Amino acid sequence: MSFAALSAVIVTLAVLGFSLILTFNVAQMSNSVTGQLEFSAFLNVNASEQQGEQVAQEIRALPGIASVQIISKNEGLQQMKQELGQELSDVLNAFKQNPLPIQIVVKPQDPHQIDRLAKEVSEIPGVAAVRDPHKLAAAIFRTLAVVRDIGIVFVVGLVVTSMFLISNTIRMTIFHRRREIEIMKLVGATNWFIRWPFIIEGMIIGLIGSAIPVVLLVYGYRSLYVKAKGVFSGLAFPLVQAGQIEVKLAVILIAMGLLIGMWGGVITVRRFLRV
Amino acid sequence: MIEMQDVWKEYPNGTQALNGISVHIQKGEFVYIVGPSGAGKSTFIKLMYREERPTRGHIFINGFNIEKLKDRKIPLLRRTIGVVFQDFKLLPKLTAAENVAFALEVIGAPPKYIRKRVREVLEQVGLEEKMSMYPHQLSGGEQQRVAVARSLANNPAVLIADEPTGNLDPETSWDVMRLFQRINDLGTTIVMATHNREIVNTMRKRVIAIENGVIVRDEEKGYYGYDD
Repeated sequence: MSFAALSAVIVTLAVLGFSLILTFNVAQMSNSVTGQLEFSAFLNVNASEQQGEQVAQEIRALPGIASVQIISKNEGLQQMKQELGQELSDVLNAFKQNPLPIQIVVKPQDPHQIDRLAKEVSEIPGVAAVRDPHKLAAAIFRTLAVVRDIGIVFVVGLVVTSMFLISNTIRMTIFHRRREIEIMKLVGATNWFIRWPFIIEGMIIGLIGSAIPVVLLVYGYRSLYVKAKGVFSGLAFPLVQAGQIEVKLAVILIAMGLLIGMWGGVITVRRFLRV
Repeated sequence: MIEMQDVWKEYPNGTQALNGISVHIQKGEFVYIVGPSGAGKSTFIKLMYREERPTRGHIFINGFNIEKLKDRKIPLLRRTIGVVFQDFKLLPKLTAAENVAFALEVIGAPPKYIRKRVREVLEQVGLEEKMSMYPHQLSGGEQQRVAVARSLANNPAVLIADEPTGNLDPETSWDVMRLFQRINDLGTTIVMATHNREIVNTMRKRVIAIENGVIVRDEEKGYYGYDD
């Protein structure tokens, strides 16, 4: 079994696996964003509680608003501490003053009006910034989609390369065993009896080649997930849970490995075995 | 048994190997195929076990219509034919017994039957004492007898031999010929391409001479008829 064929399968499936992880997460993120029916307005950091109350009143007065909720500086700090967890929350203690602005969460009656309302709210005096998750997400989606597409293009090229190298390996085995094959044909072994060992050889290369990327990617994603605390750093987009992605990833990669190996075997047997 | 009707064979490179061959060989016959090198003897032989396909004409072997035989059914035809070659085609890493067993294993015979049958055919060719030896430990004549044993393992109706004595000295050649005679006496049809004039002229059988892809002579108890 050649090292080249095996490494080609490993690289192919590693890139495929990486693209899959991205795809799964983009899909989940997209779901989570379209499910979000609210947006947040932030006041200046030194705005007072009264100013917050006043801005909230003005927002309530706009047409099409379902609810408005004020998150005070203290509440905001508590929330962030929870999200960051024990170790990282110490960082926040380093601030003498609460660094967070007052946040006002706005929920429109009609989700389709979210962009129009976000714009109107941003024009209210005292509002420093409006965070519209849709706009933010769109930029991330574009980047991730490009990365994923590049990955897929690579995968296609790599699949072809892998099959070529697997085919080459099997061809060597066929050459090595040509006398046995000749005799098998002469004494009336069926075509499939002669073919299957070579197709199995391809599948074994594919199987071994898939095991390594599966282990690497599952382990890698797990540690990433733990480090990132399950969210896309700071953006509050949840990552697909490690446990959910692992099985899917392993099944797809192993199946692809077997398929590449099997197909490599089939084309070789067709071209070089002539049975 | 073996029937060819106006069989032509042209190879893809343009070589005209056979130009209208008609022949009928009955069950239990012993036939020599003679003729100069390149006359079409090997093609004639290869058509019988469907290694090659005729360009034109009809061939019937052991009840198989070669024209209509699908590729995946070729193994069924070959299980009714034993083939022996000049270079024996034994597997060097297998013993005599394993070489014979190999032919039965690859067609999926049960192990118990294989053990019994291997012993039988090796006894038939007089090599039961040497069944655990490897080809390189055997003489040329013994290796050819292993090859014959392998070809017999499957109880073929027809035994095809392509220059079976071509690599053997005269004395060993006679041993192998006597073996073929015994096999023929048991009812197996034998078709043998040969260049061995002494054998053809001594062990007299039907002789089919092929030249330039056509049969120029077909005689019972014929002679070799060439000077080479």
